[in-house]
Amino acid sequence: MPLDIGERLRSLPSGSAVALKLDPREYADHYFAVLNATLRDVGSETNVHTIYVAVTNPAAFVWSLAQALDVPIDRISFVDAISHIMMNYANSLPNATYVDSPRALEEIMLRVEYLLRKFPHPRSIVVIDSVNSLAIHNPPELLSEFFHILLNNLKSRPVLTLVLETSEEEATGVEQMLNLVVDETIDVARAGR
Amino acid sequence: MASTVESPPTDSSPPPVPTEPNPPATLMSAANVLARCATGIEGLDNVLEGGIPRGNMVLVAGSVGTGKTTLCLEFLVHGAERGERSLFISVTESSSKLIQNLSTFEFFRRDLIEQGSLVFVDLPAIYDRLGLGREEMTSEEIDILIRTIRDMVKSLGVRRLVLDSLTSVCYRIRRDEQIRDFMLRLGQELNELGCTSLLVSEIGPNPARYSLHGVEEAIVDGVILLWNTRRMGDILRVVQIVKMRGTAHSRAQYVLELTPIGILMAPHLKGGREGGT
Repeated sequence: MPLDIGERLRSLPSGSAVALKLDPREYADHYFAVLNATLRDVGSETNVHTIYVAVTNPAAFVWSLAQALDVPIDRISFVDAISHIMMNYANSLPNATYVDSPRALEEIMLRVEYLLRKFPHPRSIVVIDSVNSLAIHNPPELLSEFFHILLNNLKSRPVLTLVLETSEEEATGVEQMLNLVVDETIDVARAGR
Repeated sequence: MASTVESPPTDSSPPPVPTEPNPPATLMSAANVLARCATGIEGLDNVLEGGIPRGNMVLVAGSVGTGKTTLCLEFLVHGAERGERSLFISVTESSSKLIQNLSTFEFFRRDLIEQGSLVFVDLPAIYDRLGLGREEMTSEEIDILIRTIRDMVKSLGVRRLVLDSLTSVCYRIRRDEQIRDFMLRLGQELNELGCTSLLVSEIGPNPARYSLHGVEEAIVDGVILLWNTRRMGDILRVVQIVKMRGTAHSRAQYVLELTPIGILMAPHLKGGREGGT
């Protein structure tokens, strides 16, 4: 029986960077399993703060799911890099910081840094949702550089970094690029839930 | 609203200055590492090997909205927190408005103003008091201005000074040789008093030089350049140390973000392109 995602994430040493691979055909199930594992199982542990980088869906949408999982508002902050380009200003969250566009990669890095300093915890989780969405808006070389710098920076700190990745039918280079910078890939389809 | 100082205060008892250790020598450091004036902006201090060499006069050059004034204010606030009396000389914007803007940052502490560690002076008030009302300053008037600033720094025991902006002062000093003389003398006076200074230089978005006349950057010990760059339509603030005497500083470009807790810096991503995106 494979370990469930939450158990596997809890067993990782501090400073790990992990890719969580979701199958597009079972995206909704896999996505909810990942949220459940990260925000509720691991994120609800004492002294853990989660910083969720929202690029696929607006922070307000993710927050509504997190509320369904009973995640307290003081345990999660968002870096929302998608609402502005979707002209989705109406649902601004008090626990979110908004970046103009998913192309402002350095600003995403700096907002993560800001939230890590603003909410110092013995352990933090940074969720990047997702590498595929970032790849829509950014050239591959720029994205590689972004992940290389951000993940290496976070690996030197008590931060567990999770990068959501949707497996693709055709190779686009995103998967190979991510393999170079993460410590481990968890295939959500094969993990126990 | 805290009261602001519109004329030079006369307190002659400067606060004691903590002794700063010299930065550790590295393979690329000079044999004698100069004492540093840490800006308190972590990213900037990292690229400067611990901070600005103490006593240096540095040009902070940039176009509008690049974060020049915020960088300078944060430099002063962190100095005042460390017990180094810090002086902001404002030429264009009133002190009360500056303090109002500053109070939106979490690093700002109003008590630093109240206890006199952070002092704001409006230069137009000094011009009026000294009778320097003419559009173009004479050599004698420039001399009076330098002596006034020196006396203020000396009497208050100022260790950090910001002049915002040098450009506005230089609008009234028209000849290159007068500007050169003003800069040389001001730099020398401040250095002798152990005062590290930042002089704000307002430049256009695509400048061929870092100051109004082009003379200023040759005189100063350092140039911190800030500008806005575009990536597929989005604007990023970028900072680069162009020159800093006395330190083996980084020459790389960094993206700068003005966050509520202060300035944060990250490497400017190039994505394999020469000169950035």
